[in-house]
Amino acid sequence: MTTVRIPPTLRPETGGAREVPAQGETVGELLDDLMSRFPSLTGKLEYANVYVDGEDVRTLDGHETQVRNGATVILLPAMAGG
Amino acid sequence: MGATEDAAARRVMAGQKPKGIAGRGTAPSLLDLVGDTPLVELSRLSPKRSVRLYAKLEGQNPSGSIKDRVAKAMIEAAEAAGDLEPGRELLEPTSGNTGISLALVAKLKGYPLTCVMPENATEERKRLLRLYGARIVESPGDQGSNGAVRAALELAEREPRYFMPFQYGNDANPRAHYAGTGAEIAEALDRVDVLVAGLGTGGTLMGAGERLRETYPDLVVAAAEPLPGDAVMGLRSLEDGYVPPILDVSRLDRKVLVSNEESVAGVRALLDAEGIFAGVSSGAVLHVARRLAAELDDGVVVSVLADGGWKYLSAGFWEAEDVERSMERTIWW
Repeated sequence: MTTVRIPPTLRPETGGAREVPAQGETVGELLDDLMSRFPSLTGKLEYANVYVDGEDVRTLDGHETQVRNGATVILLPAMAGG
Repeated sequence: MGATEDAAARRVMAGQKPKGIAGRGTAPSLLDLVGDTPLVELSRLSPKRSVRLYAKLEGQNPSGSIKDRVAKAMIEAAEAAGDLEPGRELLEPTSGNTGISLALVAKLKGYPLTCVMPENATEERKRLLRLYGARIVESPGDQGSNGAVRAALELAEREPRYFMPFQYGNDANPRAHYAGTGAEIAEALDRVDVLVAGLGTGGTLMGAGERLRETYPDLVVAAAEPLPGDAVMGLRSLEDGYVPPILDVSRLDRKVLVSNEESVAGVRALLDAEGIFAGVSSGAVLHVARRLAAELDDGVVVSVLADGGWKYLSAGFWEAEDVERSMERTIWW
């Protein structure tokens, strides 16, 4: 089981929950599990940056990135600074 | 010719001694003192003896941050291209440092400047901007830096009198780091395995990363990015997320989120162990630099510390207990 942290803009789709549990051995499986339980997330997750234990999965193996049991997954909007 | 050689050439033409490592000699203008920042070893903070950790002290630029390089480069590129002439007004979205750097350049070159800033940027940054003579237009705090970008783009569209350098999409931003930051590090060190910098526009990581990869092909380019508080993520939807056009994530090897707690621990460690008084993004950069240093058997890790601690004194990072919680509502990067 993995805990996924949900950003404020997506919380209406998860009944207001900041964190939800999800199952899957890879990031792709995890997101599929989330969308099956919260169908209104479908189409919205593609814009999220996904982090596994604090690292952006785009610099790991993308949706194939392995998620260990107990890992923390964070979804965030892309944000700039400067 | 790179920015560094350019400044050196001007010094020679002006009959001045080239600036040495000790910074002796004179400069015709403060703008000629942008860049050539010191690189210092952090021997007390390296997690193992076989890994050397260095910090590039960008807070020693004239207005106090790495953004002096970017502001100077963007304005001089626009002037050279004929896009910017006396009488035009400058407009820029910024969370602070780029605005302050642009305000310095604009003052010395005679351009009025308006900055679009999130209303929850730190008070020191707003005060500094006003002292340098800039006008501030505030954008909604809950939209973070992305809200400032959106508001500035709309304002520039409505009022064509503005020239917007636009650090997020201006190639002069990464070029300044290619010719300056990256070249200076390559010149100073015989070996670099990891480069760590904060992710804001992506300019430092793209430009310095590209330059250092030319000399050290196996270089790991690592971004430290802030984990934003809920209060500054109130975008209408994830589609409103903003990826700067100059940022190509595929050219990053690592992209690591850093919590407020980790950033604060980093700024405290820099001061306690090495006497370096640095800003909050530097704490995040140090955190990532130490984490990646610990993964190496041996090597050299260079961290780019974007600014000094002066603009964050009111936040109490160095002494206040439980400071992390009060960080949630403010834009720090």
